[in-house]
Amino acid sequence: MALQLRRKTHESIVYIDKDSAPRIMPFGEDFQLNDIPIGTRVIYPNPPIKGLPNREAAIRYAVNHPLDMDPLYALLEPGMKVSIAIDDISLPLPPMATPDMRQTMLEVVLDMCTANGIDDIHIIIANSLHRKMTAWEMKRMVGSKIFDEFYPDRYYNHDAEDDDGLVTLGHTRHNEPLRINRRCFESDLTIYCNINLVPMDGGHKSVAVGLCDYESLRAHHEPQTIRDSHSYMDPPKSELNHKVIRLGKLVDEQMKVFHIETALNNKMFSDGYDILTRNEDEFSFADRLKWEAMKRTFSKMPRVARRKMLHAIPAQYELIGCYAGSTEPVHEKILELNYRQYEIPVKGQCDIMITGIPDISPYNVYSALNPLLVQVMALGYHFNMFRNKPLLRKGGTLILTHPCFDEFDHNFHPSYIEFFHRLLPESRDAFFLREKYEREFASNPAYVEMYRRGNAYHGAHPFFMWYWGENGRQHVGQVIAAGAENAHVPEILGWERADNLTEAIAMARSKQGRNAEITMLHQPIIGLCNVSD
Amino acid sequence: MNRNGQAAAFYDLEGTLVSTNLVHTLAFYAKRQQGLWQTAKKSVGTIARLPFFGVADLYSRNVFNEVFFKSYEGFSHDRLRYFSDELFEEVLKPAVYAGTRDLIASGKKIGQRQVVITGALDFTIERLMDDLGIDDYRGNCMEFVNGYSTGRIIPPVMASATKAQWIREYAERENINLSDSYAYSDSISDLPMLSIVGHPVAVNPDFRLKQTALQHDWPILDLK
Repeated sequence: MALQLRRKTHESIVYIDKDSAPRIMPFGEDFQLNDIPIGTRVIYPNPPIKGLPNREAAIRYAVNHPLDMDPLYALLEPGMKVSIAIDDISLPLPPMATPDMRQTMLEVVLDMCTANGIDDIHIIIANSLHRKMTAWEMKRMVGSKIFDEFYPDRYYNHDAEDDDGLVTLGHTRHNEPLRINRRCFESDLTIYCNINLVPMDGGHKSVAVGLCDYESLRAHHEPQTIRDSHSYMDPPKSELNHKVIRLGKLVDEQMKVFHIETALNNKMFSDGYDILTRNEDEFSFADRLKWEAMKRTFSKMPRVARRKMLHAIPAQYELIGCYAGSTEPVHEKILELNYRQYEIPVKGQCDIMITGIPDISPYNVYSALNPLLVQVMALGYHFNMFRNKPLLRKGGTLILTHPCFDEFDHNFHPSYIEFFHRLLPESRDAFFLREKYEREFASNPAYVEMYRRGNAYHGAHPFFMWYWGENGRQHVGQVIAAGAENAHVPEILGWERADNLTEAIAMARSKQGRNAEITMLHQPIIGLCNVSD
Repeated sequence: MNRNGQAAAFYDLEGTLVSTNLVHTLAFYAKRQQGLWQTAKKSVGTIARLPFFGVADLYSRNVFNEVFFKSYEGFSHDRLRYFSDELFEEVLKPAVYAGTRDLIASGKKIGQRQVVITGALDFTIERLMDDLGIDDYRGNCMEFVNGYSTGRIIPPVMASATKAQWIREYAERENINLSDSYAYSDSISDLPMLSIVGHPVAVNPDFRLKQTALQHDWPILDLK
């Protein structure tokens, strides 16, 4: 692209010039300051949309003025059996400052239920095969008043391995099975309180995925479905989404679900840390001081302490919209808001994509981002943050910055360890792994019980994490882990390693050519690149 | 090793599937001796020996077994058998961990044979094994002469390496594939047994076993 065209095409896109400042990039639990080659296109998150001034009023208005359904108060009758399902800890990221959005939604809904004479209420976390949340996390999520009233008998995690607690709804016309939480199925009304952080969340996924069992999930969490999703952040082009919609229709035929969806802005950090998402060229003296202070503090801390510190910083998300009622129209409205917040029009693909991997993912809240999760962030989430066409050209090079330490959380990710160290050295073929080992892991009694009684991800979950990177793996020609502190982790993942970003860019250019177009996603970013020619 | 055979799950019992240990059983029987004097004597004796049991167990499980089972010397066979049902109802059944039955059910669901290898006396756990749906078990066998216990265990004594040896022989005999099999224990003394299967699992582990499990990336399970 000619230099004169490299000026502001969009407020979130910046081109590196000879006088540009170095860029701050996440590097696991740390941050680096890197010089980026001249001409590199850097994509920043859009500025946050201003949050609604009174979120409780917005939620109340939504449930009283629903789409394609009667208002919530009209659906409630004394003596009814009601289940309220909520998203688990994987949303939003990082966990938001209290009160959590779910707490506000629950306060509104519970208030209405009580006023209508309903006592039989259960609050169920729709964690699907994710780890069950700890009591402390559950309390933080809903506030102590609701927690004290409902926990543990009427506020609990969904258990996808509890045969008595599940009921089969049937099969879709494509023979996808659906077994779902019995309590929700047997309730006169299920109310789902959702937080739609990215476009792949919410909609029919909430109930049909969040409250299902392993056999139901494996019908769509499989390599071919992921390969056929371009991307899974673009629902109309996502095969995964199509399958979930089919399952959702099955839910709608047999259950009464009142859906409440919320959209948040992307205000991830408070003022102290907002420099991490801003254009470095526009840093003031105070901003530079903040960065120096942060860098010096981090350099004095061991990795575990840095992780603890980062995980203790709550996100400052604000509500930008709430809709309630029937699942599909509600989700459609919320997606519009998501796109308005996240979508960044980008002209032209790139040959080399640079992305820093921060210590933020749906699966490592309060734990380490292990190698498999680094993979899912790079080839799964960061690669898939596009609409229309991938940001990276087919066969291009993806450079990620992360230390790639060989560290796993034994409580949260026990099956990941075996998957990474036993299976991946044998094969990286997702279809082979699914065929040969997925069921073995899913039915491993130790993993089953660690999922049910502890806080472990389900035994099959590492497979889904591997499949999640499948379309990225098929598309990308080369992955380079810049700054990886060992050789074996990148090697097991099928990647190359470089000591630092400069070396990685040199390696990438030797493959893609000296004139290769470079684009950097300025992480952490929740942004969706709408890529055109 | 048979690579085509059936998989099995080998469990230690005390501390792994139930919260009681061998001393609970001994104390139960000590309280049910013939006459008040005998009961008091045996009960006090058991309590007095507790520190020795603790030290012996820290030193070696084999030494512990030798010291511990001596306490049964002079117990009548009839009495031990007679009270085993009561032992099950009053002591063992309430001590079954909350997750035990689900763990066994998960193993059965995938066709694993369920086997318990324990240092407990075989007649004390018969009812429990039935109740838990265990397919096979091997406990220690007390030697009796003229209907009274000698306080000796008929070799081999089930502990540490002998458990592993017994599992190997059992696998050979029963066409069990050890690579696909699981072993569950709470104690570092069962390291040999955990080491010979493809899927070792630390259950409610003691400090040393927990460190070992973390080092070897074995799953750590809490059934309590």
